[in-house]
Amino acid sequence: MHPRTLFEKIWDNHIVHQGAGEPALIYIDCHLVHEVTSPQAFAGLRIAGRKVRRTDKTFATMDHNVPTSDRSLPIVDPISKQQIDTLVQNCRDFGITLFDLQSKDQGIVHIIGPELGLTLPGITLVCGDSHTSTHGAFGAFALGIGTSEVEHVLATQCLLQEKSKTFLMSVNGALPYGVEAKDIILSIIGEIGTSGATGYVIEYAGDTIRALSMEERMTVCNMSIEAGARAGMIAPDEKTFRYLKGRRYAPVDFKSAIKRWKTLPTEAGAIFDKTLSIDASRLAPQVTWGTNPGQVVSINGTIPHPADAANPDEKKSTERALEYMALMSGTRIEDISIERVFIGSCTNARIEDLRRVAAFVKGRHVSQKVYAMVVPGSQQVKRIAEEEGIDVILKEAGFDWRESGCSMCLGMNPDILKPGERCASTSNRNFEGRQGKGGRTHLCSPVMAAAAAIEGHFVDVRQYGSRTVLPFKLESYDDGTL
Amino acid sequence: MALERSFRLSWKAMTMEPFKVHNGLVTVLDMPNVDTDQIIPKQFLKRIERTGFGPFLFYDWRFLEDQTPNPAFEMNAARYQGATILVTRTNFGCGSSREHAPWALLDYGIKAIIAPSFADIFYNNCFKNGILPVTLSTEAVETLFQAVREKHRFHLTINLETNEVKSNNGLCFSFDVDPHRRHCLLNGLDDILLTLQHEDKIQRYESQL
Ligand code: SF4
Repeated sequence: MHPRTLFEKIWDNHIVHQGAGEPALIYIDCHLVHEVTSPQAFAGLRIAGRKVRRTDKTFATMDHNVPTSDRSLPIVDPISKQQIDTLVQNCRDFGITLFDLQSKDQGIVHIIGPELGLTLPGITLVCGDSHTSTHGAFGAFALGIGTSEVEHVLATQCLLQEKSKTFLMSVNGALPYGVEAKDIILSIIGEIGTSGATGYVIEYAGDTIRALSMEERMTVCNMSIEAGARAGMIAPDEKTFRYLKGRRYAPVDFKSAIKRWKTLPTEAGAIFDKTLSIDASRLAPQVTWGTNPGQVVSINGTIPHPADAANPDEKKSTERALEYMALMSGTRIEDISIERVFIGSCTNARIEDLRRVAAFVKGRHVSQKVYAMVVPGSQQVKRIAEEEGIDVILKEAGFDWRESGCSMCLGMNPDILKPGERCASTSNRNFEGRQGKGGRTHLCSPVMAAAAAIEGHFVDVRQYGSRTVLPFKLESYDDGTL
Repeated sequence: MALERSFRLSWKAMTMEPFKVHNGLVTVLDMPNVDTDQIIPKQFLKRIERTGFGPFLFYDWRFLEDQTPNPAFEMNAARYQGATILVTRTNFGCGSSREHAPWALLDYGIKAIIAPSFADIFYNNCFKNGILPVTLSTEAVETLFQAVREKHRFHLTINLETNEVKSNNGLCFSFDVDPHRRHCLLNGLDDILLTLQHEDKIQRYESQL
């Protein structure tokens, strides 16, 4: 057999049926469900008198429209409440494990999957959410699906899929001080554009990627979808295994699992349909200026001119984005003032993100004119942060410390921007109105967002010197043994 | 027996209409990279049905603060009312996987979308809901934009049996579409039903897990 890529191996292992001229029927090992994209799927099952085929492979939580204020209070928005109640009822009726609002495991679906050890190397994983690409950081083939497909997977545990093309993103070189995983992926999207990887599965490789922690790898894979990719993935290695060891749903026979997982990485000589090399040592912190994640520049950059756009479509996009964002071409990024800061989302609300932010803001204070909130990605993240005293550091620095959920990443709950408000956000989408109608979102790394909170405008974190270095231990689950 | 039962129920449950030949009024949205947050803003995602999303399509662009139609939004012009075909720019439907986006388009009346390119998940979601996304070259789309704006109440016929888009005034473009998706759309086939025909293979796969 010819040398195969990580993706091809997983693909080949999961084909249930392949008819000539048809998409393949692939088996799904893990299906994560949340409240927004599932009600119509369950309704479809009911009408057709169908069951959930594998309740043991289906797990649900509520994250998108949950309030991030006091959990003991009732949910004010009646429609949110209905959606949440519907999920509870559906999980009960169909026999699905649910991590509900009272659960100590509740959180953003892409954060709790890895935490619980549901996300594993070599598996196929789906969820009715585009950022399912996050789970690819473990060497899984993980993709976002629509509600009809959610229904299809619930009923059959299979998915009809066209085999994707493969894209090797080779990232090499030492990340400069102050530059993070978020900056890697933002600059990739800036380079290839929001549809640069449409139809492809990206595999991130190279020494920079190998040097990233699991949490940083998740940040990179998370935003693959913003480049149009169907999925992003990273070959599993010792770090992956160490992260997973001891997690609740991780394999009991861990030793033989590791043996299996070690056969997954792309073989030498395997051919990708497309490749791109990135020199990480030349990267700078990134900030988006527009209304899609590809409209991004370095912190030392300026707002571009529409006249410099590569084609008429780009020009139109730039003009529209500048109008919506109320920005002038030529303005320095560092001169952009902000009123809000959001540290959260499935991109950057894991414990490591919060540790880095806490290390940076300790002894500093949020600017008078800024309202900054930190929304941990899950109850587990929140708990660990509180054990480590991170919440205290953040609160002392003037941040609002919230309950876990998607929150202002998409503003389906009461956490939204007011029209015209400008926000430094660690989330993944700066679309018009995403964080609230008329709200203006600039995406950046957690440390860049924290620095903007302190100064009231964007600032180059590299100027602070070694204080951005982590004083906290890195991986809380890492006991050094395998 | 079980399969027969699910066949019957599924046919009854099937909501997807077959798409063969469609003639309809054309409307335009002159913007690249239209994301799903624009197609259906998130404040409307809380419904638990598949229907009723049409009034909220492109909500933040279509309506002013006081919820009256925004006269500056081209699709609001009287000449485009009742349109069933949308012509737009590159990378339409990027962003989230929300199927509420095609549901909103369908509920508004859109049966087909013509663009130079589409985002992956959105493209797929269209087929699952009986909407035909047609990919034409940037030049062809530009020609259509001009034609729509020049001719009052411009109509197109989209024929999925011949893979052609035609106008009365002589424009004709052929398009490519994946044969399997085409087959399903032509016949209004339900994916779940098709998959359940492979029940034996699924069982065989599961027995090796
Ligand atoms: S945090 Fe944001 S991007 Fe992630 S799942 Fe929630 S809404 Fe989607």
